[in-house]
Amino acid sequence: MAANLVCQVHPVVLFTIVDSYERRNEDNRRVIGTLLGTHDKGVVEVTNAFAVPHNESEDEVAADLEYAKNMFELHKKVNPSEVIVGWYSTGPDVSEHSLLIHEYYSRETKNPIHMTVDTTLRGNKMGIKAFISTQIGTPGKTVGTMFAPVQVEVTSYEPEKVGVDVIQGGKSNPKRSVYLVKDLTHVERACGMLQQKLAMVLEYAEDVLANRIPADNVVGRFLMDLVMKVPQIEPEDFEEMLNSNMKDLLMVTYLANLTRTQLALNEKLSIAL
Amino acid sequence: MASRRTFDSPVKYVQIDGLVVLKIIKHCQEEGTAGQDLVQGVLLGLVVDNRLEITNCFPFPRRNDDEDFDEVQYQMEMMRNLRRVNIDHLHVGWYQSTYFGGFINRALLDSQYNYQHSIEESVVLIYDPLKTTQGYLSLKAYRLTPEMMKFYGSRDQDFSSESIKAAGISFENMFTEIPVTIKNSHLVNSMLCEIDESLNEKQSFDYLDLGTSSMLEKNLRLLMESVDEVAIDANKFVNYQRQYQKQNLAKTQYLQKRQQENQQRIARGEKPLPDEDINKIFKPLQTPPRLDSLLITGQIDNYCQQIGEFSSQSFGKLFLAESLQENPPNPTAT
Repeated sequence: MAANLVCQVHPVVLFTIVDSYERRNEDNRRVIGTLLGTHDKGVVEVTNAFAVPHNESEDEVAADLEYAKNMFELHKKVNPSEVIVGWYSTGPDVSEHSLLIHEYYSRETKNPIHMTVDTTLRGNKMGIKAFISTQIGTPGKTVGTMFAPVQVEVTSYEPEKVGVDVIQGGKSNPKRSVYLVKDLTHVERACGMLQQKLAMVLEYAEDVLANRIPADNVVGRFLMDLVMKVPQIEPEDFEEMLNSNMKDLLMVTYLANLTRTQLALNEKLSIAL
Repeated sequence: MASRRTFDSPVKYVQIDGLVVLKIIKHCQEEGTAGQDLVQGVLLGLVVDNRLEITNCFPFPRRNDDEDFDEVQYQMEMMRNLRRVNIDHLHVGWYQSTYFGGFINRALLDSQYNYQHSIEESVVLIYDPLKTTQGYLSLKAYRLTPEMMKFYGSRDQDFSSESIKAAGISFENMFTEIPVTIKNSHLVNSMLCEIDESLNEKQSFDYLDLGTSSMLEKNLRLLMESVDEVAIDANKFVNYQRQYQKQNLAKTQYLQKRQQENQQRIARGEKPLPDEDINKIFKPLQTPPRLDSLLITGQIDNYCQQIGEFSSQSFGKLFLAESLQENPPNPTAT
């Protein structure tokens, strides 16, 4: 049980967990569920999750394990490479009941990860933590298990990142919604972002020049790299490249519009005849 | 540009949970066939006022020919299980991945028709994984227009040009596009803030990439293929028309001959020949179905639209690059 295990979580999993928490039954204070993913030499990648109905009271806990097995089978049909890597629960702490559930999951997989997502927002943060169970105690005498924390990283595939970026846009909007925009607006937004970043860099450079901030060589070198990245081309050559590219695009756009008009004409003609 | 007019449909816009978007992305990513194969799944949610809320989804396993697999059972079991954890279990539509926007075909029409027939407000979400990898989240919702529904429903028709004309269908009003918004709950928003810090370091500006030719090429190639198909179809139709004319001519000639003969016979005092059923002699030609050509023209329209959008983006990017070159860079003094 390497203590330097890293747990990589995809955003999908976090969304699923929060969603299942929001949909919990009236009397449950927390939700549990299974985590699916892949192991790979010291890195556990969690790519999917589903909730498992359970009941919890002061002294006992009951989870529907039949359901868990069933759901896992169904999920395996879609993605056979995903295996159970652990389980999650919402709520700030690890409780005694967690141990029982953890034991069950130890039977399903070698070294289950227990992830907690703090939905009660203690300390104004939604803490995402992961644990594995380790043995503690003196060997030969009382042996117990402890939940040892494991480092959590949030990773994603390329398109997932794009999706998350788009969804992030809805954070500040009072209606909490994001419209999927036309592509040109996207370019506009990216442009705006670039401008902001450039403004920050400019401000920094000016501050250094006015001796308000001590100059940092490393940052300076980065800045120089940045400026040098703009390719130094003869203006005429660049004009030519730019124009030929634009001509290509114009031609294609023209063709596309022509085709559409042709289609519309064809439609009218064939209907009229 | 012909805008997709919003017809009177019970759904004015579609509201998707962030969760669903991510699940669709993940599923298409993991099936990983670079978009060539179709990836499908079911959308769950409910209808509120005039919007369709999609709150969850689950993927369909890819059809494995060697396994004996019951799709209906998979669906039923999945929905039953989801109901236990209070996830909305109402079917409201389905999603599909697409390769460069080439999704308007018979299969889609069939499936969407079936869905809309049983559930009035259902939509099909088309997700383009390649475009999303380039930086734009490409997710569109479509429904069949009421005219198309009525037309497609009357299966006894043979989709001839007359019936299409009568139903008033053109390639522009087969599908309507419904605007999509993404909405999240407050708790999810706080979680977003949390992962914002960890995920944001690797922010990429992929969509400012200037390399446009490969996408254009592929789009154009697909467009060319579609145009070829339309040409073949048009040829078939023209042939049919020609044959029809020939047949008509032959028919009138035959009738005339018959009449002449009958007159002659009457003049000679014999019984006139019985009128034979003309159809037995000249077999009626089948009118070719025009539905396929409708679909192909709709597809071409879609491709053209895509090309137009893509070119306008590229223009923007080119102008950006130009502005960088206009002012020669000053070396920073540090």
